Amino acid sequence: MGSRRRWAALAVAPCVAGALAAGCGGSDDDRPASSAPDGGARAGFPVQVRDANGVVTVRRAPRRVVSLSPTATETLFAVGAAGQVVAVDEQSNYPKQAPRTDISPSQPNLEAIARYRPDLVVISDTSPPDLAGGLRKLAVTVLEEPSAQDLDDAYDQIRDLGTATGHTDQASDVVKRMRTKLNELFARAPSGAGLSVYHELGPELYAASSGTFIGGIYRRLGLDNVADKAARKSGTDYPQLSSEYVVSSDPDLIVFTDCCRQSAASVRTRAGWDAIEAVSDGGVTTVDADVASRWGPRLPQFVAAVVAGLERVER
Amino acid sequence: MSGGVTSRWWLGGAAALVVAVLAGLGVGPAGIAPGAIAGELLSRLPVVHAGRPLGRLDATVLWELRAPRVALGALVGAMLACAGGAYQAVFRNPLADPYLLGVAAGAGLGATAAIAYAGGGELLPLAAFAGATAAVTAAYLLGRSVGGRATATLILAGVAVAAFATAAQSFVLQQNADSVQSVYAWLLGRLSTSGWSDVLLVMPYVAVSLAVIVAHRRALDVLRVGDEEAASLGVPVARVRFAVVAAATLGTAAAVAVSGLIGFVGIVIPHAVRLLAGTSYRVVLPLAGLLGAAFLVLADVVARTALSPAELPIGVVTAFVGAPFFVVVLRTTRMAGP
Repeated sequence: MGSRRRWAALAVAPCVAGALAAGCGGSDDDRPASSAPDGGARAGFPVQVRDANGVVTVRRAPRRVVSLSPTATETLFAVGAAGQVVAVDEQSNYPKQAPRTDISPSQPNLEAIARYRPDLVVISDTSPPDLAGGLRKLAVTVLEEPSAQDLDDAYDQIRDLGTATGHTDQASDVVKRMRTKLNELFARAPSGAGLSVYHELGPELYAASSGTFIGGIYRRLGLDNVADKAARKSGTDYPQLSSEYVVSSDPDLIVFTDCCRQSAASVRTRAGWDAIEAVSDGGVTTVDADVASRWGPRLPQFVAAVVAGLERVER
Repeated sequence: MSGGVTSRWWLGGAAALVVAVLAGLGVGPAGIAPGAIAGELLSRLPVVHAGRPLGRLDATVLWELRAPRVALGALVGAMLACAGGAYQAVFRNPLADPYLLGVAAGAGLGATAAIAYAGGGELLPLAAFAGATAAVTAAYLLGRSVGGRATATLILAGVAVAAFATAAQSFVLQQNADSVQSVYAWLLGRLSTSGWSDVLLVMPYVAVSLAVIVAHRRALDVLRVGDEEAASLGVPVARVRFAVVAAATLGTAAAVAVSGLIGFVGIVIPHAVRLLAGTSYRVVLPLAGLLGAAFLVLADVVARTALSPAELPIGVVTAFVGAPFFVVVLRTTRMAGP
């Protein structure tokens, strides 16, 4: 009994390690290429976009969009496609006016989706592999947008969704605003050179290393990542660290999400953690778990929180 | 008792535990030099004025993080190995392990519910403990209400309860997909990182449980000849069985509550002891406790150094050693009969 369950758990292991941050991270060839470069084409359907599986043709401007990805939901609303979205999954809690349903993004029921008579369904890499095939049988266009690998990838996904829904210009504007804001933040941020960061995904001490999207942000800020050594040794970008290792590597900046009932105060009560200077000196930054794990239009909020944390450390 | 042989095994067991504890204290991703640790240990001795204490950070790592982990490993290892041996004796089944009567499934349900609905934290060990004891109590009551041959019915009732609890756990997990990661980490077992509080939490249960089991070691030896024969020799069979199962279950539930589901220790160690030091439970049970403690402490050393500084779940390490051994046990018992 016990052992059978343990093996069943192992089968989901690769997905689980990064689940909080990214869902199952896509491999390199999942990266969608840039969509049509001409930002001017507005309603010229049919359009073609590249998703995780290749080129997808959207024949007519979609009027009934279902999103099974919280990141895509945020993007759809940001690019002005709100009026076309008829249903979103149970995790899509932002923005508030999104038509949330009880459809699970990781275990969706095909019929429950079909009930909304969608003409476009956006899924992510947490969706089961047979979902896209089932939807296509129902003559629904499917766009698979996995977790972004880096900033450019995130921008591409926003443009893809804009193009696919007939909001190419707005999507370009969203990307432009994001880029401006992020560049501003990166320019303003004090140099992280010589400082180290520990980004925690949950109380089991899974951490984001430099190989992850989040880790890329810290790299951009010049910070060393204490999880990198563990990532190299264990071959995963989201390694599980030991308390002993985190404490002894004495990170200057600790970033963790507000998931799992964690707070700066609860970190302080962990055995031995008060020996970390950052814990007693305000080097702990709490970020919104959703903002930190959805690499879409709200990304500047995450970077702003990290930069603010870095400024506190430098002071 | 053949004094010379067994006392050698006692010494061997104690030596193994000492070596394991020193290795557990000396090795870790923090990379504190063994010499520095020796200095720290010496400086802590009350009368001897020798050695040099560690710096603040290293001292914290050693005493707040590493030492409680070693202590927890020793307690949980001793508990699981001894309880496994006791279960094998009571049920006269070489493949019995401490999770036999639904402890694992019950604790799993409790832990999953705590993680899903309350974010885990301090509630987790309590919920796992409550789930484990509730499952075994249910199995016991169910088995008694059915009647029939006592041990077989009890085991089958345990199977039914475990299946039910596992189904409930899967349902809770399905409804709360975001807690999969925490539940998964718990299922694979880990020597908790929450410092001394877990050690203090589990200590009383383990102490009482080990004492009860070891106190019954002679009766368990007699029980091996069969229920009727043991009864005719004056052993209160039902009472012995109840006391030992209750003690082993309670101790296991406490161990599981703080360490998750660490597999195979309860099977591997008692059998290894039996192969090495003979089949008398008078020797097997206490020695299994000693070697179980040493084994789990060493397994944890592997768990935190194999991919250092990344952690390997300790359940993976014990199963990696345990699974091949389990096959050997299966083969030999099939050939020799139970």
